[in-house]
Amino acid sequence: MTVSQTSLGSSLPVLEIKDLTVKYRSDTRSITAVDRVSFSIGAGEIFGLAGESGCGKSTIANTIMRLLRDPAEIAGGSISFGGRDVLAMGKEELRRFRWQDVAMVFQSAMNSLNPVMTIGDQIVDIYTTHAGYSRQESLRRAAELLELVRIDPARLKAYPHQLSGGMRQRAVIAMAVALKPSLLILDEPTTALDVVVQQEIMAQIKDLQHQLGFSVLFITHDMSLMVELSHRMAVMYGGRIVETAKAKDIHSAPRHPYTQALMGAFPPLTGPRVPLTGLADGVKFSNIADLREEAPGHFVAPVSPDQIAQNQPALEGAHP
Amino acid sequence: MSKHSDTPAPEVPALEVRGLSKDFHSGGLFSRATVRALGGVDLSIGRGEIVALVGESGSGKSTLARCIARLEKPSAGQVLLDGTDVLKRDRFQASKEYRSRVQMVFQDPFGSLNPVHRIEHFLTRSLTLHRKAGTPAGLQTRLEELMTTVGLTPDMLNSYPHELSGGQRQRVAIARALAVEPDVILADEPTSMLDVSVRIGILNLLCGLRDRQGISMLYITHDLASARYLADRIAVMFAGELVEEGESLDLLASPAHPYTRLLVSAVPDPARTGSYDPSARAALRAAVMEPASCEYDGDPQQRCSASAPVRHQVGDPANRHWVRCHLYRPTAAAAGHALATEPLDEVVSA
Repeated sequence: MTVSQTSLGSSLPVLEIKDLTVKYRSDTRSITAVDRVSFSIGAGEIFGLAGESGCGKSTIANTIMRLLRDPAEIAGGSISFGGRDVLAMGKEELRRFRWQDVAMVFQSAMNSLNPVMTIGDQIVDIYTTHAGYSRQESLRRAAELLELVRIDPARLKAYPHQLSGGMRQRAVIAMAVALKPSLLILDEPTTALDVVVQQEIMAQIKDLQHQLGFSVLFITHDMSLMVELSHRMAVMYGGRIVETAKAKDIHSAPRHPYTQALMGAFPPLTGPRVPLTGLADGVKFSNIADLREEAPGHFVAPVSPDQIAQNQPALEGAHP
Repeated sequence: MSKHSDTPAPEVPALEVRGLSKDFHSGGLFSRATVRALGGVDLSIGRGEIVALVGESGSGKSTLARCIARLEKPSAGQVLLDGTDVLKRDRFQASKEYRSRVQMVFQDPFGSLNPVHRIEHFLTRSLTLHRKAGTPAGLQTRLEELMTTVGLTPDMLNSYPHELSGGQRQRVAIARALAVEPDVILADEPTSMLDVSVRIGILNLLCGLRDRQGISMLYITHDLASARYLADRIAVMFAGELVEEGESLDLLASPAHPYTRLLVSAVPDPARTGSYDPSARAALRAAVMEPASCEYDGDPQQRCSASAPVRHQVGDPANRHWVRCHLYRPTAAAAGHALATEPLDEVVSA
């Protein structure tokens, strides 16, 4: 598929993934976690990847960072970053590519800090290792970095357990943007946080993105959050992308039945109370076809009538 | 059994909490310092009613549930089941009778089921301990009945927890709670660890238990949208105290307390017009913290003084929507502790 670029940024995409296929192999069977997935992210664009657990979204993030380990295997496709082939990178090139070009905030980022090192030492580590600054220079930059995410630089001397969950998450985000990467991958960055903190973190990311101009690959299962933050988004199911379009378009008019079901899995905050159905039992798809452009910039996997027939949602427990 | 087996008057709530407080000891062995987790909570759950308790992490929601479940010993206050103070009756720990009427479902279905036992074990144990098993044949029927009630197939009784998905495990945890035929279920964030695809299923299950079996529930969550979906009433907790309570739809449509407004404004909502506004947020935060004049204070019917009622009715009395006067607030330190998401020094001193 060819994805037309958004009006944002230059014509050359920062990241371009073409027909990526990733399999997990064992002696007895092999599972295709990511199946012929293609998308691209433009400069300064926030691209969202949504879907339920096990749909392959985190596998894609790990593939971009080249973090996949056995039994995972990249079975086909290409990833190109600013014209460079990520899958062909050697060890040294990969070391520079990670963190300097692409940084990632992991799902349980709050717990990804080293508990026996101060926040300051961990940030200084990034600068001395990747950028080769002196310790003094690194410390100065670390203080700047914390100010960027509105944490008092005095906290450089704090250990992770002395910070609240939200502050730790902000520190991790600060570390991710330390080397001014051109792409930031956020893998469910706010799942462990509660609502008020979550929104402040997302506002922080948006703010940083505005200042530093990086692109974002944002992975979550929270459709409401994703629509609020992303420019464009893709919905994944069973390793395939079933729909991709501008976030606003997907929100206002989801075309694929799975996207519709996913949007319907979140109770609304306004309007009348209507019974909703879960996704797991009622919605199953197989043999998802390639995407087709149904409206300008709106790509949907066509659904055959027999797929619809088996999708009668099973109601569990009526709601008043 | 005791006097509690006869049906009490319908107007007596299934479970009521009066002035419940909990202070946790803090500091070293010889320290006398305490942290106030709950400061006098009054809450009632009617028969066949789901009450949602919402608030940020650290606001004391789980502590309240644990005090009601008697996993923590409250520092002061009463827990009334059918009008009887159980804290007075069973002073040191919950009686088995109390446990058979009030059950808890925990947040993490991965941690709440012992991995070395089959599903059958968890349910059988509840049934035999509380003498609900009956004959061996009756036990088997009851097991299968429980599995069907929570939407699982009876052949899963022979599975181990690791063979089940998160959603299925949470259903087992609910079945275990149901085994003793409780009147009240305390559900502490039962869906927050689950994937989106199964959350609604669990909510619908809880809803069905209320509608079909008349079970009362305290649903603890920080997800306002799910609280609105599931609960009849919502109570908002801030810094260990309830600040607002009312009928779910009415409360979220017209939140009166600034803290409730802060929570509502934080829910991602694609339909919302206008985006996140940091200054509006800061103003809301300040309103939560600052002792300002109470907007309900002008009402001569409901004067607020140091001793008089601190709850003000909002809107139609039928909605039982009340808010605490803004003058009545937790100490700045407690509030600051609960709102520890931003450097608060300037807000507190303001």
